Amino acid sequence: MSQIINDLGFVTDAQAFTFVEPDHLAANADAASVAIDLPSDASADDLAQNLSQLSAVRIDFPSFADGRGFTIAKRLRELGFTGHIRARGHVIADQYAMARRSGFDDVEISDDLAARQPQDQWLARANWQAHDYQSRLKRRA
Amino acid sequence: MYSYNDFDEAFVRERVAQFSAQVERRIDGSLTEDEFKPLRLMNGLYLQLHAYMLRVAVPYGTLSAPQMRQLAYIADTWDKGYGHFTTRQNIQYNWPELKDVPAMLSALADVGMHAIQTSGNTIRNVTADQFAGAAADEIEDPRPVAELLRQWSTDHPEFQFLPRKFKIAVTGSSTDRAVTKAHDIGLRMVRNDAGEPGFEVIIGGGLGRTPMVGKIVRDFLPKADLLPYCEAIVSVYNVLGRRDNKYKARIKITVHENGLDVMRDKIEAAFAEKKAQFDGVDQEMLAEIEQHFAAPAFKTADTSGYEAARLANPAFRSWTDTNLAAHRADGYSIVSISIKKHGATPGDATSDQMGVMADLAEKYGHGELRISHEQNVILPHVHQSDLHAVYSALRAADLATANIGLISDIIACPGMDYCALATARSIPVAQEIAERFDELKLEHEVGPLKIKISGCINACGHHHVGHIGILGLDRAGVESYQITLGGSGMEDATIGERAGRGFSADEIVPAIERLVLGYLDLRHDADETFLEAYRRLGAAPFKAVLYPSDAKADAA
Repeated sequence: MSQIINDLGFVTDAQAFTFVEPDHLAANADAASVAIDLPSDASADDLAQNLSQLSAVRIDFPSFADGRGFTIAKRLRELGFTGHIRARGHVIADQYAMARRSGFDDVEISDDLAARQPQDQWLARANWQAHDYQSRLKRRA
Repeated sequence: MYSYNDFDEAFVRERVAQFSAQVERRIDGSLTEDEFKPLRLMNGLYLQLHAYMLRVAVPYGTLSAPQMRQLAYIADTWDKGYGHFTTRQNIQYNWPELKDVPAMLSALADVGMHAIQTSGNTIRNVTADQFAGAAADEIEDPRPVAELLRQWSTDHPEFQFLPRKFKIAVTGSSTDRAVTKAHDIGLRMVRNDAGEPGFEVIIGGGLGRTPMVGKIVRDFLPKADLLPYCEAIVSVYNVLGRRDNKYKARIKITVHENGLDVMRDKIEAAFAEKKAQFDGVDQEMLAEIEQHFAAPAFKTADTSGYEAARLANPAFRSWTDTNLAAHRADGYSIVSISIKKHGATPGDATSDQMGVMADLAEKYGHGELRISHEQNVILPHVHQSDLHAVYSALRAADLATANIGLISDIIACPGMDYCALATARSIPVAQEIAERFDELKLEHEVGPLKIKISGCINACGHHHVGHIGILGLDRAGVESYQITLGGSGMEDATIGERAGRGFSADEIVPAIERLVLGYLDLRHDADETFLEAYRRLGAAPFKAVLYPSDAKADAA
């Protein structure tokens, strides 16, 4: 099992997406509301033509040290994707603010990691909108 | 000078609190050692050979007098009474206890400083020309732009777990004192034909085990496009950079393997998207930052006393000949304080010396100090009428060595005396070379000569761009020093060429002596520097003096 985490802390997976591999899109050209799993070496740009078919993208973090997922999520947002983006795998509480600022909606971690880094350690970063240089330097809200 | 606003202040305080909690969470097991490591690194804390080391950012090398005093206080309170100025304009403390680090970070925050992103696979402290805002040859002061980059890169959510470290340098002068061509991104401030300010953007430079001179990816980038363009470069690197081999993970390898044209296309495509996210707020912030860097109120005063003191005091004259640089304001000079006393550790200053330098900056230097990548301290604005008083005070503090740019003004990494990566000692070699040439009284005769020493292949001592570079290696448990010749870190950036087989610890100083004495014989006249002579004559005559027995064998 796994644990979903958002700004409210540890939550149950309300949307209950069914994630499929990206090649599902190629096999089902008319598919809609598809939720896909994306490996950390994927290119967000390869999905540019399919964004309207997607309800959610779940990006893998094989290791917390692999920061590609942050740029993939950011790129999806730049391409105009407004659906759900989830980070799954080895993401640590200290990265929660980075994930939210990069465009992720929530994080999915293993139960083992959730036991080691309980809810309060994640809630400590729920204030990810505070102390953010980026939001000061970019567009006015 | 920049001073923190409420946002900056709250940010560093929050960051100290976060790091304190991370230390506790490491101790209670919430964080594994693997997970804690990049978190401590992005807060400047290394684990060295004997102890932790805290690397404090001196953004673009600029310090106020109170900040320098606080660095002295930190050295006295939580370290052994000294600090080490580094080739990236930072200061390192070599002996902190882990439990004291949060208090040290709080003390830094008290004076608007931090240790954020001085290590780890992040965008590092942005470096700049140490003579910024003072140099006679400057187009524009690069520090406001460097400060903007500091704010943009600090805690950037996409770029805290890059494939590898990422270093940016900015220069506002045609004379490149910031080694921009040996950085992941080098920015040279230029003007286009219409006279508008902008940057020549260089990517993929770096030293280390695969030295490369950076390549120009954009001839002219309008000043206002700097942040979206840098963000485009780093985002392309973040997904394209190799993560399978840390020795091939720097952007120089990404550029080398993908080609500059592919990189440029990807960067320009990303830039087009990024540009839309910036609506000019950053430029308003830059305009505000620029006000912080307004020139001080320069004074006018009679300089005849200075000229008289130069005539009367040969030691003072010698110091003014080597340690001053041309200032843009009439009657002013830029003073370089040598942290390279013969026989001392290059870049090490005691807390007392830091205190003296802070006092001098306050009394005679409009309150400003700089750290150079050559590990010296600069008083950027000193009126010539005050130079003798400054010199006298420096002399009393053992800081008046007249050797800037000369053979004993050596860059050396900490080497095996401190560093866990080192394969050989660097500091003792630097000390012995400096002492030997001081003994020979030849330093001034030899003239401008940059020797740079690294204690391992990672090249923290910049040996590749030394006129004479020395690389210390481990050969079957024995130190072996390789010499490279003809390197330069300036606007004519060149990677030095290997001279030949290595020298043992006992042989290296005599080898350097042969080389330098050989140059004195080879040079056209006293005005031809070592580097100029090397470029004119090529390696052969220098190799002949380095390896005399080979030359004899060839002749036989």
